Amino acid sequence: MTDTTANASHFHAHDAHDAHHDADHKPSFFARWFMSTNHKDIGTLYLIFAIIAGIIGGTISGIMRAELAAPGLQILPNWAGGSVDQAAYLWNVLITAHGLIMVFFMVMPAMIGGFGNWFVPIMIGAPDMAFPRMNNISFWLIVPAFLLLLGSAFVPGGLGNGAGIGWTAYAPLSTSGSSGPAVDLAIFSLHLAGASSILGAINFITTIFNMRAPGMTLHKMPLFVWSVLVTAFLLLLSLPVLAGAITMLLTDRNFGTHFFDASGGGDPILYQHLFWFFGHPEVYIMILPGFGMISHIVATFSRKPVFGYLGMAYAMVAIGVIGFVVWAHHMFTVGMDVNTKMYFTAATMVIAVPTGIKIFSWIATMWGGSISFQTPMMWAIGFIFMFTVGGVTGVVLANGGIDNNVHDTYYVVAHFHYVLSLGAVFALFAAWYYWFPKMFGKMYSEVLGQLHFWIFFIGVNIMFFPMHFLGMQGMQRRVPDYTDAYAEWNHVASLGYVIMAIGLIPFFINIFYSLLAGRRAEGNPWGEGATTLEWTLSSPPPFHQFETLPKID
Amino acid sequence: MKISLKLFAVAAAFGMAPVAAVAQNAPAAAPTATAAAPAAPGAQAATAQQPIDAISANSQAQPAQPEEASLTSRDEQPSKAEVLSSSLARTQPDAEVGQPTGKLGFQPQVTPIGEEASWFHNAILLPLITAISVFVLALLLYVMIRFRRSANPTPSRTTHNTMLEIAWTLVPVLILVAIAVPSIRLLAHQYSPPKADLTVKATGNQWYWTYTYPDHGDFEIVSNMLKDEDAKKRGEPRLLAVDERVVVPVGATVKMIVTSADVIHSWGVPAFWAKVDAVPGRLNETWFKTDRPGIYYGQCFELCGARHAYMPIAVEVVTPAQFAAWVASKGGTMPGAAQPKSGDETATSPITNPGAAAAAAGPTPTAGGSATETSPEPPAITPGTSAPPVSSQGATESKRGN
Repeated sequence: MTDTTANASHFHAHDAHDAHHDADHKPSFFARWFMSTNHKDIGTLYLIFAIIAGIIGGTISGIMRAELAAPGLQILPNWAGGSVDQAAYLWNVLITAHGLIMVFFMVMPAMIGGFGNWFVPIMIGAPDMAFPRMNNISFWLIVPAFLLLLGSAFVPGGLGNGAGIGWTAYAPLSTSGSSGPAVDLAIFSLHLAGASSILGAINFITTIFNMRAPGMTLHKMPLFVWSVLVTAFLLLLSLPVLAGAITMLLTDRNFGTHFFDASGGGDPILYQHLFWFFGHPEVYIMILPGFGMISHIVATFSRKPVFGYLGMAYAMVAIGVIGFVVWAHHMFTVGMDVNTKMYFTAATMVIAVPTGIKIFSWIATMWGGSISFQTPMMWAIGFIFMFTVGGVTGVVLANGGIDNNVHDTYYVVAHFHYVLSLGAVFALFAAWYYWFPKMFGKMYSEVLGQLHFWIFFIGVNIMFFPMHFLGMQGMQRRVPDYTDAYAEWNHVASLGYVIMAIGLIPFFINIFYSLLAGRRAEGNPWGEGATTLEWTLSSPPPFHQFETLPKID
Repeated sequence: MKISLKLFAVAAAFGMAPVAAVAQNAPAAAPTATAAAPAAPGAQAATAQQPIDAISANSQAQPAQPEEASLTSRDEQPSKAEVLSSSLARTQPDAEVGQPTGKLGFQPQVTPIGEEASWFHNAILLPLITAISVFVLALLLYVMIRFRRSANPTPSRTTHNTMLEIAWTLVPVLILVAIAVPSIRLLAHQYSPPKADLTVKATGNQWYWTYTYPDHGDFEIVSNMLKDEDAKKRGEPRLLAVDERVVVPVGATVKMIVTSADVIHSWGVPAFWAKVDAVPGRLNETWFKTDRPGIYYGQCFELCGARHAYMPIAVEVVTPAQFAAWVASKGGTMPGAAQPKSGDETATSPITNPGAAAAAAGPTPTAGGSATETSPEPPAITPGTSAPPVSSQGATESKRGN
């Protein structure tokens, strides 16, 4: 009994044990990477995972763009046994996988699991996360979650293998509309990914509230930490709702309940409310950590402190709060009461205010600065402009009366890819180049980094901007084939994909080149503009940092 | 496939022949016409003036054998004259209106709501978001040039400017309030339709639409996508053309009741600015009213399974007389026909529709108070229909889910 109860003497004994080794003592390979309790190693694992998931999700979108390059079904029938039904079903499986992979297995693991794990403890001057073992299981839950999702593609769904229900998994398509175990596997996958994220959120909240270095008040905390704190609260409050909703899907599918079945007294729209109550905070979960990263990068390369720090921090809090009360703007066409629609129109537009504060504060941070345009800064500037473009189309979509026409069209696809693929992903690339020297101790190649930025920037714009035109002309989402009038812009968009894919070549070359032959990075390669605590450490940081806590004045 | 084409040919011949008759001769007789008796009005129509849609003399004279004519005349791209003489000729779609063109901007709008909404977008929202984007881009380019390291080696340490921060909080608020006024007004207009002249119920199925006309004898039509070859032969856009169009009279306020028989679909026609989800167990409502005859295409807008891309919508707007004949050809009845001496008929309203009028006389939502309106006596669409009671939008929705 006493053996299992931790007390002060246990910790002292542990400390004494550690004291025999220097801070860089690393466990054996298996223990280090498979039983890791080190926030930096777990962060690295998350980043590797996100890159692999990103390659898979991006390849799927490549198949999609290839199919959409011309009217008619060209590619999918070859893979799906030739029949139109099976080809079209495969399409639905692809869009479902693309959405789920990019959201749950690429952006979230990279933003929160990867960079959050790596830099939140360092930025607040903590030696590690509050619950290192829980941190480990957070990561090792997301791996089986991903395997379940990938596995679902190989078991029967409806008309073919896989879950063809869209990432939103609307009932009744996901219940009575999809026989076979594929959808069940996809639901289990979301359960595991959700549990992983909830555990991670608990870990971040505890860490940030309890483990800040002496003197680091909440109002001195770096903005990236603020952003992860807000994100963690969004995760903690929204994911259980998703878990409940998909559990109800599961029981509707397998145990004869009728939560979402009108013939049994249920309501399919209930699922949409539950899903989007999670889903809208989810889109801020994907972008808020990016806001934090961009603030640091803009300040670093402008050699100026962040402009309007408090406004920036509380703008994120405001976005998080408002993000919980706007969900039904995703459902403007379900048949909604006019007053409800007016409310959600107005509430949604309010989000533009804190977002505008952030955009203008970033520009004001650059104003009067001494700006250098290294790769991270290019991505950050690209982010600011492209996020603005995605944001203003969001204001258009916020109007319930306008959304009536563009709902579920490519206009919406263009909008959310501007804020995610050109927003969140730009932020991820910015952070990748910004922290690459810190994480791996090697400088990346500036030439390859710039090449990556420019080709990718041009590619994604050519890919996504024409989608606005397609949507305004009425092209609906989630279709493998379209009438001939949409051919031209779809062709352009597919060309954009090719350019974007070419842009990723320098990214991958850069990783290998830098790790193998990159110049050694100093502790602070960015100079006086980089003021957060990670730049006070060596590159890469010691295996355990801040064994003596730093003091913040 | 061949069979379905033949069936279509027969249906089209039946559908179109009486139209010509009624156009000129016999509005009073139309309601009594049925699909079983197309020959008589067809014969009458032989002397009639050609109506706006291309009804061929051929089909009017020989309604009994339309298949051969159609199949042979369709083998090559028919000239206009051939279209006119073809027994299967239907109203040809306008290449610029009612279907996507690949041009920039919205499809031309043909309903009052569509005109208001596209004006709101094109005159207010689009210039505004363009200006904001250009403003942000200009600011970015300016600071990138003006404050580049070589031009400004010593950075300032400014981190606060209260006035500036208040300004960039308040100005967006004012802009949003300015947007909100027309936006809320548009919503109010969308939710206060004029009295409905007729009701059409659309039911989504995997993967086709069925339509019933509860005010016209509750007949049903099944609308399937045409195969690519057939659409091409008819000069209609691929993946948008259907075998059986929804036909409505021009100038009438059409109340669309939309529901689903299986999974969620979404009934939307971009040129009408109308879209509403088809949800099993729910009756959703939208409406449109257009003064322009023609064909307007739409699609299913909600992922509904494998053939989600292949369940298009085609609405054909015709003259009231053509509509009456079409209804008759489908075995329906015009509401006025039951009481031909009814004093309700007016010269200005060709579609007199007591049933729909009664339905529309229920709670008519207004901007402020529709949600609170729950009609004590939900009006039935027509006595004969099996459709559940439908109240108008606000009241319908306030009962469920919100």
